[in-house]
Amino acid sequence: MSEELETKRIKREILVRLIKAFISDNYAENVRLIPYEMRPKGCEVPFRCCVYKERAILRSRTIAGLGFAMEDDDEKTLLSDFAKKALTRKHPEPEPLTVLQNACKGCPSAKVFVTELCQNCVAKPCMKACRFGAISNDGHRSVIDSEKCKKCGLCMAACPYKAIVKTVVPCEEACPVGAIAKGEDGLAHIDNDKCISCGKCVSACPFGATHAKSQVIDILKNIKEGKEVIALIAPALIGHMPCKPEQIQEAFRKIGFSAVYEVAQGADITAKTEAKDFQERLESGAPFMTTSCCAGYNELVKKHLPEIKPFVSDAKTPLYYTAEIVKKEHPKAVTVFISPCFAKRREVLDNPNVNYLLNFEELGAIFVAMGIEIDTCEEKEFDYKSSKEAREFALTGGVARSVQAAWKGEEGAVKPVVINGLDKAAIRNLKLWAKMGKCPDGNLVEVMCCPGGCIAGNACLGSLKDAFKKITDYGNKGQSLETERKEKND
Amino acid sequence: MKKIQVKVCQGTTCYVMGGSGSKSILDTLTEKYGDKIEIVSVRCFEICHKQDSFSKAPYVYVDDELISSASLEKVINVIESKLKNE
Repeated sequence: MSEELETKRIKREILVRLIKAFISDNYAENVRLIPYEMRPKGCEVPFRCCVYKERAILRSRTIAGLGFAMEDDDEKTLLSDFAKKALTRKHPEPEPLTVLQNACKGCPSAKVFVTELCQNCVAKPCMKACRFGAISNDGHRSVIDSEKCKKCGLCMAACPYKAIVKTVVPCEEACPVGAIAKGEDGLAHIDNDKCISCGKCVSACPFGATHAKSQVIDILKNIKEGKEVIALIAPALIGHMPCKPEQIQEAFRKIGFSAVYEVAQGADITAKTEAKDFQERLESGAPFMTTSCCAGYNELVKKHLPEIKPFVSDAKTPLYYTAEIVKKEHPKAVTVFISPCFAKRREVLDNPNVNYLLNFEELGAIFVAMGIEIDTCEEKEFDYKSSKEAREFALTGGVARSVQAAWKGEEGAVKPVVINGLDKAAIRNLKLWAKMGKCPDGNLVEVMCCPGGCIAGNACLGSLKDAFKKITDYGNKGQSLETERKEKND
Repeated sequence: MKKIQVKVCQGTTCYVMGGSGSKSILDTLTEKYGDKIEIVSVRCFEICHKQDSFSKAPYVYVDDELISSASLEKVINVIESKLKNE
């Protein structure tokens, strides 16, 4: 039974059709037909005003699936031409997200609004509460002057009838850094200089207007050309596949990947490096340190919080170390990171050892399009045995626990603080701690952009609860870094 | 009284198109109907491999009635009507 929103289902259906077209004998033409097959002549019109508008939107979504910016579409280029162009592309487009202008509703601007439930009371606490003189009374009810209103919400709190409401623009509200906003045309636009690619706007838009530009065609093309293509799977993937962890390697081989590495392998190195880094910092008097593995957080530091940079661990991400190992063992291989989120796109772009990113939804679409039943795949254990902590890296608190497990310094010195989801409030805290030069709540600050950790990334497939259980089951089968450390000491 | 069978698909397509056998949904159904229903996991109904029928996944059977694009709400509606007709 589906828990997924319709917008997600449409995006997945397009990806499946796109991949089916790619593996067919008539790729470009079959891509062109996608909107017509999803909305054939005479079909019901489920969402928009007419079948033509629906097809136009599906066409734009397909463009994003092909990896292009929907903003650059001139509307007269055929989808089949986009499909061909995707095959000639040498490098994927740098910016990860794109807004579909014809699906964007052009939501009403955020405002505070007095509803008809206003009783035109005698006390008028709303007028008293407003510090900006924005509220007047027209004889029947209170009225807010939107020019003067600062949207502080004090009038809402003051109204005894709760008759004042605040409307929001979902994407603007979800974005923690103010990177998406309505432009003069009334439609949403992403400011790429501010965007940290966290993908919160993608999940928030009820019209499904923000998309990730997919690299799925680029990856399948490399496989089709017979290249050695290797998958580097994020620890979160174990929680989002309807099969045993041991079946994953075979599932990837069926797609055409030549090998699969667990990024948990690199997570073991991150944990040990970060523990060592943290110990050296504490010994030299540093007040606190933050983790450095969340791509959304790293972008935030770069673009909005440079003052916290001195407090960020120098340890590289698990993906970095894993890719280094893979490229050493297979220098000619094309490497693909299998990602739970969109934010890793920028990290992949900056790392020459990683060529492409495939997110969980795109991976799922490949399985569907190719008819691969992953729970019937043969079982094979990974050569490298990752630790319990590395396997649980993707859970909120998991990175801090791994540093604790690898810790060789003074007993009890590590005091974790967990930022479970980057929102505006969390960013304010981080800013404050950087300014004060200390963190009042502890000394090891774990930052994860998505509430719940990477298992709740914006491109995940299953439910958080199921993923959590699968990951902890898998973690419990691994050896703890703590055991390894103690054995070495003995 | 014969239990109503709710058959959920374990296949990859049903999972990708919306988490057919999601534990939290199954728990909700068990909590609501207890002994009146029996939840059966089926490897795959094999409906999804036919042409475009993947897009209507996930599939669920309530006794012999097939529900496409199955949501918790749809399944509950069918169970309710079956309970009423008994």
